[in-house]
Amino acid sequence: MYDTPNLENKVVTNETKISARGCQVYYGDTHAIKDVDVDIEDKTVTAFIGPSGCGKSTFLRCLNRMNDTIDVCRVEGDITLDGEDIYDPKVDPVQLRAKVGMVFQKPNPFPKSIYDNIAYGPRIHGLAKNKADLDDIVEKSLRRGAIWDEVKDRLDAPGTGLSGGQQQRLCIARAVATEPEVLLMDEPCSALDPIATAQVEELIDELRQDYSVVIVTHSMQQAARVSQKTAFFHLGNLVEYGETGQIFTNPQDPRTESYITGRIG
Amino acid sequence: MPSLWLVLIVLALAVAGYVIGRRKALGSAGGDSRALHSLPSYYGSNVAIMTIVPAFFIMGVWLLVQPLYIDNQISKTLPEEAIAESSTRGLVMSDVRRVAEGLDIAVAEGAMTREYASNIRSEFTDVRERLGQVGVALGSEVDHFVLRAAQQYRSLANTGQLLMTLVVLGAATAGFAVSVLRTNAEFRARNVVETAIRYLLVFAATVAILTTIGIVLSLVFNTIEFFRLYPARDFFFGTTWSPSFGGGSELGVVPLLWGTFYISLIALAVAVPIGLFAAVYLSEYANSHVRSVAKPLLEVLAGIPTIVYGLFALLTVGPLLMKVFGDEGIGVMQAGTAVMTAGLVMGIMLIPFVSSLSDDIINAVPQAMRDGSLGLGATQSETVKQVVLPAALPGIVGAILLAASRAIGETMIVVLGAGAAARLSLNPFDAMTTVTAKVVSQLTGDADFASPEALVAFALGMTLFVITLGLNVLALYIVRKYREQYE
Repeated sequence: MYDTPNLENKVVTNETKISARGCQVYYGDTHAIKDVDVDIEDKTVTAFIGPSGCGKSTFLRCLNRMNDTIDVCRVEGDITLDGEDIYDPKVDPVQLRAKVGMVFQKPNPFPKSIYDNIAYGPRIHGLAKNKADLDDIVEKSLRRGAIWDEVKDRLDAPGTGLSGGQQQRLCIARAVATEPEVLLMDEPCSALDPIATAQVEELIDELRQDYSVVIVTHSMQQAARVSQKTAFFHLGNLVEYGETGQIFTNPQDPRTESYITGRIG
Repeated sequence: MPSLWLVLIVLALAVAGYVIGRRKALGSAGGDSRALHSLPSYYGSNVAIMTIVPAFFIMGVWLLVQPLYIDNQISKTLPEEAIAESSTRGLVMSDVRRVAEGLDIAVAEGAMTREYASNIRSEFTDVRERLGQVGVALGSEVDHFVLRAAQQYRSLANTGQLLMTLVVLGAATAGFAVSVLRTNAEFRARNVVETAIRYLLVFAATVAILTTIGIVLSLVFNTIEFFRLYPARDFFFGTTWSPSFGGGSELGVVPLLWGTFYISLIALAVAVPIGLFAAVYLSEYANSHVRSVAKPLLEVLAGIPTIVYGLFALLTVGPLLMKVFGDEGIGVMQAGTAVMTAGLVMGIMLIPFVSSLSDDIINAVPQAMRDGSLGLGATQSETVKQVVLPAALPGIVGAILLAASRAIGETMIVVLGAGAAARLSLNPFDAMTTVTAKVVSQLTGDADFASPEALVAFALGMTLFVITLGLNVLALYIVRKYREQYE
């Protein structure tokens, strides 16, 4: 049913990057996330799995305060990044989002040239001293996004003209360009074909060298392939969280076992 | 039989046809509607359509053709000497029609019997006086040629009417009978109704297009007529506008175009920033509460009649500007009616156009764009400026050009707010006037439609039409260009 979990994924205990304690999220009267505690490690790919509507995307969006843009959404509890409470009134969500980048389910390149898509973040945050510097950042980000060779001759072409897989890698490169510390990916491959998915997965594995990556996915095979840690969400609860190999071969909770063997969800 | 009764009879036949067709279809399927090809109501509609459409089509064509045909026939019988007295055949024919109409009214009111109306002779009866008694005023004495022609006209019209009634009723009955006979369980009534609906829609679209073409043609012919009487060079390049119906007018369009352009420019300078910013606030910043109150309020502005805006310009804005810029203030403004007054008020009028359209367009920008930008750490205004507005730009340009077309075509605010003086001036506090306001003033009152002073209105209308057409083409071009770039 799913690929054999990559048990040889070397599990090195890294320091904790993001830590949530007693996190609750409400949409109006709906209690979407119930009392979630989780520690997300640096330089690790963490996968959130679970059936639709279980709250994994909602929780992901809490981590860079994207839920702030939704009027009725309310977040309680503590979420810290490097020990700092990100919901502290002193924290500017705009700066937080520069540190915690996000890639969305559907590729969403801006209606601008490929170059301007990548340069968008660096320009906003003033990361480049001059044009040459910006050119460097764009090239480096596109290389990190594993798309440089495909687009280097047409940086002025619109980003929306690329294929779906290229667009998604462009969006990843765009997120990387602001030099984030954490990358959040909300089902980044659900709109892509298997080949593009393989490319993006390979890229995710490379990104692990420098970033803490959190990925929401519906595909358990994908979670098994790319992640070192896996969290299983069900009905707004974090049911089980542990090393990917252990979750897929020896789940502790009966609900996790039912889900990964295809009996619920 | 009057046409109204004919229409009612055909409609009644159609209603009966609907009921009968429906019942016959059901009957042919043994009362089980599942055995029918189409729903029972389609069979009814089929009969009704077959009854109405051919009958009304024939009636419409007949009503269009009959007067032309009769005119033609009567006109042929008019002897030359009848025309020599009054200047043209057309004028005599209009007299004939008027007398015929008068006789009809006299008969309808019982002032004359039908036979009397067909037999009176102008040699023995003062027809003008007799018709005057029933309220039909004639310009001159009715000579016997005209009276004879009018009587012929009436008899031809009566025959025509009778024939039409017979033919239309025949067509309705035939359609009714054929379609009822064809009705059975296998008949594909749904497809017939579908076709009928398609032709109805085609017809509506054709009417709209043909009307536009008709308007343009009437403008074109009158404009050509004008240029025969007045040199085109003087019209397009003349810098003086001083029409006088006594002759010796100077009809240069330049001052009018300048006034139109200047007032529209000020109006857009007011409306575009305010409207656009209001749209951005409403769609990006306001919560749903504010939005649900503020958007309808803003759109109320669009429902105010322009004459009310004109009054506002005349009574409120003009005096207010006078206080600041008039003799008591800076002293650059002579009177309350000025380009600035009309421009400001027109700008207020245009705000809801710009904001409402832009708001819809901004809302159509996918949320994913905003998420992407916010997710990269952009602030809300950075997102709006760099992602949302560029994505919405083609639509916004379209909205602005639409507002510009409105501004150019606006009349009442100009008449009341800008004064009536056609002049070339750069001072926005001078009174000026626009093309539309002058079209009104050239055609109101007792204008002789053959003089260049009246015909110039058509040339002005044509100029406006070409300008707004150009704006629309430009808008389409811009929209298309950006769309190619973005999608």
